[in-house]
Amino acid sequence: MTDSQLPQPTLEPEPEDVDHSWSGRLRRWVLKVLPPEKLLPTSQPSYVATWIYMFGMGAIASLVFVIGSGAVLSLNGPMWWHLSPLGHFFNSLHLWSVEFFFFFMVIHLWAKFWMAAWRGNRALTWITGVVSFAVSIVAGFTGYLLQTNFDSQWIAYQAKDALNASGIGAWFNVANFGQMFMWHILLLPIAVLVIVALHVLLVRGHGVVPPLDAAESDSQLRETTPTEATSREA
Amino acid sequence: MPDSQKSRARRKSLDVRAWNGTTRPYDLLKELAIGVLVVGVIIVGFAAVAGSPDEPTITLQNWAQANPNDFVATATAELAGTSDTASYGPPYSSTAGATQTLGPIDLQTMSGVQLRIDAAKDFVITPLTTLDSAPDAVSTWRAATSEQQTAWATSYSDALGKASNGDPSTVVSGNYGPVPQLTQGLLTVAKGGALDGAIQSEGGLYNTNPTPTILFLSDGTYFSSLATAQHLTGDQWGMMNETGSYPGQSWLWLFSFWYQVPLIGNLPNADLVVVFIMVFLTLVLALVPFIPGLRSIPRWIPVHRLIWRDYYRKR
Ligand code: HEM
Repeated sequence: MTDSQLPQPTLEPEPEDVDHSWSGRLRRWVLKVLPPEKLLPTSQPSYVATWIYMFGMGAIASLVFVIGSGAVLSLNGPMWWHLSPLGHFFNSLHLWSVEFFFFFMVIHLWAKFWMAAWRGNRALTWITGVVSFAVSIVAGFTGYLLQTNFDSQWIAYQAKDALNASGIGAWFNVANFGQMFMWHILLLPIAVLVIVALHVLLVRGHGVVPPLDAAESDSQLRETTPTEATSREA
Repeated sequence: MPDSQKSRARRKSLDVRAWNGTTRPYDLLKELAIGVLVVGVIIVGFAAVAGSPDEPTITLQNWAQANPNDFVATATAELAGTSDTASYGPPYSSTAGATQTLGPIDLQTMSGVQLRIDAAKDFVITPLTTLDSAPDAVSTWRAATSEQQTAWATSYSDALGKASNGDPSTVVSGNYGPVPQLTQGLLTVAKGGALDGAIQSEGGLYNTNPTPTILFLSDGTYFSSLATAQHLTGDQWGMMNETGSYPGQSWLWLFSFWYQVPLIGNLPNADLVVVFIMVFLTLVLALVPFIPGLRSIPRWIPVHRLIWRDYYRKR
């Protein structure tokens, strides 16, 4: 058998071969906007070489600890941490991972602002970032209402006025522990995770935004060695 | 340039197309793993060294024992319908004209009385009945018209206000009906600790909603005096603080900030105004990429020169 007799792999499928099932369409779309080498890259453009990029990752890392410590606190219910030193330690872990989550997120936000990182069709990335900030604030706030101590009593009393004045308080009662409990441990974590996942997938799909004023004449665009040029996956 | 050409030019521009310049090795999973490790060490360190605050809750019993005069004055205000909760308007009561409005916008009224609280009944009369305290005074109160009830409670409230230290035992005699017995009876059961349970159990065995207790507590001055001592009140930047010297929700600083501006903080509808300002600013932040001027600030103030220092140096 000669080579020419072997069925040749076709890169571009013939139009009549195209799978029109819903699943087929979805698979093609996903592979187009987010091919595996974009989702899990092993190289990045040379300008992605500064510590400022670590804050987004820091926020994700903190989120891992927020969820992990929250899951441990869930095991024995909301009063456990008042009674057990181990529970108190996990409460401290939960508090500090939240503090660092916001710390990393706020620096990340400012960094992305000064980088004008919404350029090149990345506006939705920026907007999902702002939404994740807003949703995280509500999630953190409901957490403060669940401390079952003086601080949570006081915050419930004080926060109700702004919510009542805007008509939200009638449906979202900050003094109702049971309601806030459900929001904090189920609805808002899901919301944060979904929006952060979307945010990160958008970043991966678009690739990291090039520096402001980057021009075709820049050496890093001109002097691409053959090996580097072939490994441009980002 | 025709539109098709323009969009082709845009598609080709550097920030839209895939980067085909030099690259550096980058292992996403490894970066994430290192990030989790480093952040984990920091968080465990802070949790172990700094811990977290836990000021115990304040109960009605604490309040009655620590400041009985304030407790009696507040219970009287609940009966008179003059306490914050009794006269709050939606969502707790239908008090006319109590809502915060902005021009024709009255979201508070629109949302309706969804969490109705009858302060006199829920905080005073029902618990007294449950606990069988001052039963004769309760019967007298129940038999009276609401005008009569309000008149009794209001004149007792005034008299308490004139008494030295608000001490009920020094009040001059007057036509207060059963109100002194009611409030004294409530004070007694509160001091013994039974009132907390009685109010809480109005919501049934599995009640997870302490709203009535929190509202009753906050109608007095004792609760807020404790908060002042912990720098937690609105004019002290409020709830973005945490008890003790722990960082609280510092990310709420801008929300708290507006209350510190006298022109806004002193408005009768300050809460509503601040909510509108914050909603507006959040929308502006989300839409920065589309707002001319705002989106150009990073070009005018070239912080990016620092961020991508290496890139520009090697141009
Ligand atoms: C839950 C909070 C957030 C997480 C976990 C998160 C995570 C990330 C990560 C891992 C990246 C890629 C690495 C990097 O550039 O740092 C990224 C990129 C980005 N983030 Fe966020 N982010 C969050 C919130 C925000 C906020 C509040 C904003 C702005 C309002 C924002 C705007 C952006 C933008 C515009 C990019 C694209 C950067 C580029 O292409 O160079 N993010 N985010």
